[in-house]
Amino acid sequence: MPKVTVDGVEIEVPNGYTVLQACEEAGKEIPRFCYHERLSIAGNCRMCLVEIEKMPKPVASCGQPVGEGMVIHTDSEKVRQARRGVMEFLLINHPLDCPICDQGGECDLQDEAVGYGRDHTRYEGSKRAVNDKYLGPLVKTVMTRCIHCTRCVRFMAEVAGVPELGAVQRGEHMEITNYVERGLSSELSGNIIDLCPVGALTSKPYAFTARTWELRKTDSIDVFDAVGTNIRIDARGAEVLRVLPRLNDAVNEEWLADKGRFSIDGLKRRRLDRPWLREDGKLRPASWDEAFAAIAGRIKGLDGSRIGAIAGNLCDAESMMALKDLMGALGSANLDCRQDGATFDVSNRAFYRFNTTIEGIDEADALLIVGANPREEAPVLNARLRRRWVETPGFVAGLVGAPADLTYDHEHLGHGGDALKALLDPAHHFTKRLAAAKRPMMIVGSQAFARADAAAVLASCWQIALQTGMLTAEWQGFNVLHNAAARMGALELGFLPGDKGKDIAGMMGGGVDVLWLLGADEFDMSRIGADTFVIYQGHHGDRGAARADVILPGAAYTEKPGTYVNTEGRAQRALRAIFPPGEAREDWAILRAASGALGRPLPYDDLDALRARMIESYPVLGEIGVLRRLGHGGGAAPRGDSGSVSDAPFGRAFATYYQTDPISRASQTMAKCIEEIILPRQIAAE
Amino acid sequence: MLSDRDRIYTNLYGVHDWRLASARARGDWDGTKDILARGRDAIIEEIKSSGLRGRGGAGFPTGMKWSFMPKETGGRPSYLVINADESEPGTCKDRDILRHEPHKLVEGALIAGFAMGAHRAFIYVRGEYYNEYRNLQAAVDEARDAGLIGEDACGSGWAFDITVHRGAGAYICGEESALIESIEGKKGMPRMKPPFPAALGLYGCPTTVNNVETIAGVATIIRRGAAWFSALGRPKNSGTKIFCISGHVNRPCNVEEELGIPLRELIEKHAGGVRGGWDNLQAVIPGGSSVHMIPKSVCDTVLMDYDSLREQRTGLGTAAVIVMDKSTDLIRAIARLAAFYKHESCGQCTPCREGTGWMMRMMNRLVEGRAEISDIDLLEQVTRQVEGHTICPLGDAAAWPIQGLLRHFRPMVEQRIADYKARSAARLAAE
Repeated sequence: MPKVTVDGVEIEVPNGYTVLQACEEAGKEIPRFCYHERLSIAGNCRMCLVEIEKMPKPVASCGQPVGEGMVIHTDSEKVRQARRGVMEFLLINHPLDCPICDQGGECDLQDEAVGYGRDHTRYEGSKRAVNDKYLGPLVKTVMTRCIHCTRCVRFMAEVAGVPELGAVQRGEHMEITNYVERGLSSELSGNIIDLCPVGALTSKPYAFTARTWELRKTDSIDVFDAVGTNIRIDARGAEVLRVLPRLNDAVNEEWLADKGRFSIDGLKRRRLDRPWLREDGKLRPASWDEAFAAIAGRIKGLDGSRIGAIAGNLCDAESMMALKDLMGALGSANLDCRQDGATFDVSNRAFYRFNTTIEGIDEADALLIVGANPREEAPVLNARLRRRWVETPGFVAGLVGAPADLTYDHEHLGHGGDALKALLDPAHHFTKRLAAAKRPMMIVGSQAFARADAAAVLASCWQIALQTGMLTAEWQGFNVLHNAAARMGALELGFLPGDKGKDIAGMMGGGVDVLWLLGADEFDMSRIGADTFVIYQGHHGDRGAARADVILPGAAYTEKPGTYVNTEGRAQRALRAIFPPGEAREDWAILRAASGALGRPLPYDDLDALRARMIESYPVLGEIGVLRRLGHGGGAAPRGDSGSVSDAPFGRAFATYYQTDPISRASQTMAKCIEEIILPRQIAAE
Repeated sequence: MLSDRDRIYTNLYGVHDWRLASARARGDWDGTKDILARGRDAIIEEIKSSGLRGRGGAGFPTGMKWSFMPKETGGRPSYLVINADESEPGTCKDRDILRHEPHKLVEGALIAGFAMGAHRAFIYVRGEYYNEYRNLQAAVDEARDAGLIGEDACGSGWAFDITVHRGAGAYICGEESALIESIEGKKGMPRMKPPFPAALGLYGCPTTVNNVETIAGVATIIRRGAAWFSALGRPKNSGTKIFCISGHVNRPCNVEEELGIPLRELIEKHAGGVRGGWDNLQAVIPGGSSVHMIPKSVCDTVLMDYDSLREQRTGLGTAAVIVMDKSTDLIRAIARLAAFYKHESCGQCTPCREGTGWMMRMMNRLVEGRAEISDIDLLEQVTRQVEGHTICPLGDAAAWPIQGLLRHFRPMVEQRIADYKARSAARLAAE
C-alpha cells in the first residue's frame, strides 16, 4: 500500500493504482477525455497531466502507476499551464458549433473548456474538416468534432468484441472510421455515444430533438431482455425522447443494449389508446364501460375452469399479481407466463435462476452454454462473459446449440441433445476441462426449456453441473438465462397453471372459452380456438390485439411504476416517466376496475396496497435491488430423467435481435437496423 | 583525430567486400565463442565500464540499459530489437553499417542478445533501405550457414537467431515503442511508459531496443577491451562515433571520429570545410534535425559530444551535422523541418497532432514575414505547449528546431516581418 501525497494530503492507496485513481481517492478531480474506467488506458488526450515531484516533465496521470512517497500536485501553475495548452490544441480544430450540437450541455470538452479554455482563439488557420462516417442507423457522426480520444475504438474492440472501428491516416489527418461504411454490427454499439466525450458520435434517432436540460429524468428498468439493465428515461412532456444506462456494477455496469436504447420510438407508434370491441367480426372503438360490460357478459355464468390468462414478456410483477388474483377470484387455475411453451421445474429456485449472479461471472474460469445465444438474448451480460474471457488466461467456453459468434473463443460442442448426452460422460474432453476448472459455470438458455423433453434437458444439465464441480457450498455455477423481462417475476409469483390448471397448450384450441392476454404477443394466435373470447390487455396493436374480441389499452414500461425481476432473481423497481396515451391506463388499475365490473373486486385500491399484498405473499419481490448470492444448498436434483433427452437441436431464441417484442416491432429504428445492419450482411454472406 | 588503428568501422566506405570472408579478414567473428564464454554479467560489466552510450540519439548508457533486462521472466522469452529505421533527416550512418559492415551488426547482436538472455533479435530496417536490407539479410543467412548464429551460435551452446523486418517508411517507427508496435503488426504508434520495454516490450516480453551503431560496435569494444574504448573521447563521452556531415560543406561525408572532437576540426578535416570558408558559416544543426541549431559563434568552439552540446542547450542526437552557410534561408529551412514533423506525427496524442500543424503553418507565414511580431512569441509558446507534454519525444523534436531558430536568430525573423510590412505598405501606397 504505497503512501502518496496529493496536494499536501497524504493518502494510502492500493498497489497498482494509477496516479489518477489516487488523485480521485484524495478527492481531486482530474480532467480527462481518453481515460475511461472500463477501457484500456490510451493516454493520448494529455488532459490529465499532473506534476509529480522529482519528475522532469508533467505526467499523464491516467497511465502512471503510483510509487511510494510520490508527491503529486494536481493544481499547480505548471499543471494548469499544461492543461491550458492541451485544451487550446483540442479547440483549434474543434468546430464552434455547440449551439447546434446534440452533445451541448453534456459535453466533456465544453465543461473542461470552462476551466482551461481561453476566451479567444490564437489560431488563425482554417479549421480541419473531416468527412462524416456511416456507422449505421443508430450512431450519427460529425467527425469534424472528433478529438481522437479513441474511446469508441477501444470500446468496440475490448468490451463489445466487435472490432469494427479504427483510425486511419496519421497526424492531424487521423480519422476514426469503420472504413467499410457498413452499420456497426454490435448489439452494444449505442454505448459509444455515451462514451464519446464530444459530439462526434451522437444518437441518430435522437438528433436535434432536445436539449439535455429540457428533459425530465426518471429512473427505470430496461425490459427488452432479462438482464434488468438500470436505465434513465429522459422525457419531455408526454414523450420519451431517449433512454440512457444508469450505473449499476452488479448488473449492467454502465452499458445498455441497443434494443433498450433505441426501440423507444416504437412507444409512439401502433399504440392502443382506447378500448376496442369486436362486433360482427370488426373492431370498433368503445368506452371502458362498454368493454367491461362485454367482458362481464361473456364471463357471466362461466365456470372458472373455462377461463384462462397468459402473461406476456414485458409485464411488471404488479399487474401479473393483479391478474393472478382476478383469475383466482373467478375460480380459474389456468395461468401461464411461458409463451414459448417452456417448462420449468419450480420446486427449487436454483433450477430457474441465474444463480452465479452477473457479478459472479467475474470469478468464473470455464463456461458451458446450452441452448442460448447470450450475445442476442442478453448483450450486456455477454459483454461481461467476454471480459472474463479476456482477463482470464485459460478460460474455456463451450456451446451446445445453434452456432453463434459470441465475441469470444468457444468450442461448438454440438447442436442438440446428443451433444448434451456426450457431455455427461466424465471422459468427454470438455467435461474434463470443466471439471479441472476452479469455478466452472453453465448457462442454460430458454431454448433448452422450450421443448418437450425440457425436464430431461434440465436433469442432464444439472447432472453435468454436479459432475464438474459447479455445485459446491461456495460456488453455484448452474444458471438459467431468461430472455423475457417478465419471466422471472412471473415464476416468482407462480403465474403458472395451478391445481388442475391448464398451461398455454391446454388453453389453445378451445381449451378455454375466455382467454385474457396480458401483453402476450409472442405465440401463434391461430392456435387459439375460434370460439374463444380473447381479451387483450396491452399497449401495442400487435398480434394479440389483432385476434382480440376486447382490447383494453394498457401502459408500456415507461408509463407505469413496476417491479421487474431479472434473470438473477433480483427485484428492481421502475418509476413512471410519462403517462399512458389517451384513455390507456396502468395495467393493475385496469384489472382492478375489471374486477369491480365482474363483481369480484380485488382487495386493494392503490398500488401500495397491491404491493404490500404481493410482498406479503412473495417476500422476494420486496427485496428491491439486493440479491443474496447463494452457494449450492444441496437438496434434490431436478425430477427429469437425464437419459431421455432427444437428439433434436436447440433452436435460436429470436429470428433477429432487433425485433423481439411489440415495442421493437413497432420501432422504425429497429426496422432500419434490420435493413441496414442485418440484411446487407446476409446478402454479402450469400 | 582518430588514428586508423582505433577505428571500429574499417569498411565504412565499402572499399572492401562486405561478405563474411572479407569481414572475417577484418577481424569480425574472431573469438566470439570466447567472448560468450565470459558470461552474461561479464559482458554487461565490460560494456558498462567502456562507457558506451546509445548511438541512436538519447545517449543512454548501454550497459545500464542491458542490465534492466530481468533475469527471471516467468517463462517469457526476452527479445533484442535493433532499430535500423534510420529516418532522422541528415542521418545516414546506419545505412553504411548495414550495407558495408553487416557482420559487425550480426555479431554484435549475438553478443548483446546473449548478454540480455535473448534467443531472438529483430532488426527493424527502414523500408526505403532495400539494398541495405538485402545485404543485411544475406549476412544473417551467411552467419547462420556458417553456424555463427543459429541453434548453437559459434559453438557456444547459445541458440540465437535474427529476424530482419522491413518497415514501411514512417519516421515515428524509429521511436522504440512505436517500432515494437510496428513489428507486432499494428499501427506504429508509441506506447505509454511505464511499462518500459524491458518489462513489457515486444509481444509483452522483456525487450531492449538498441540502435544499429550501438550494437555494431559491441564486438570490437569487447575484443579490444573497455579500457581502449573509454580512453577515446572525453570522460562520460567515451569512444568513437560516426558523424554524418551534410549541407554546405565541400565534401559531405560519413566519418568515424572520437567523441569530443571540435566541430570546426570535424568539418574542416573531414568535410573539406564550409563552402566559401569558415567565415561563410551561418549555423549548424549538430545532431540531426531534432535538436536546436547553433550559430557560428558557438560552432567556433563547441566540442562534439553529448555533454558539451547539452551545455549549449542542443544535443548530439544522431551526430548528423547539418551545415548551413550564409546563403541559407534559415527560416525556410526550419519551416521545412516543421512540415516534416507535421507529416510524420502519428496523430495519437493531442499536443503533437494539433501542435505540429499549427507550428508548420506559423513557420510558413514567417518565411514570408506575413505575421506580427507578437506571433513570434505565440509560436514560441506553442512550442512550449507541445514540448514535454506528449507520449513520445516526437513532440519535443518538432518543437526544438523552432526554439533554436527563435533563440539564436530572432532578429532575423523580426527583420523578415518588418520587410514584409514595408513591402505591403509600399504596395498599398502605389495603389
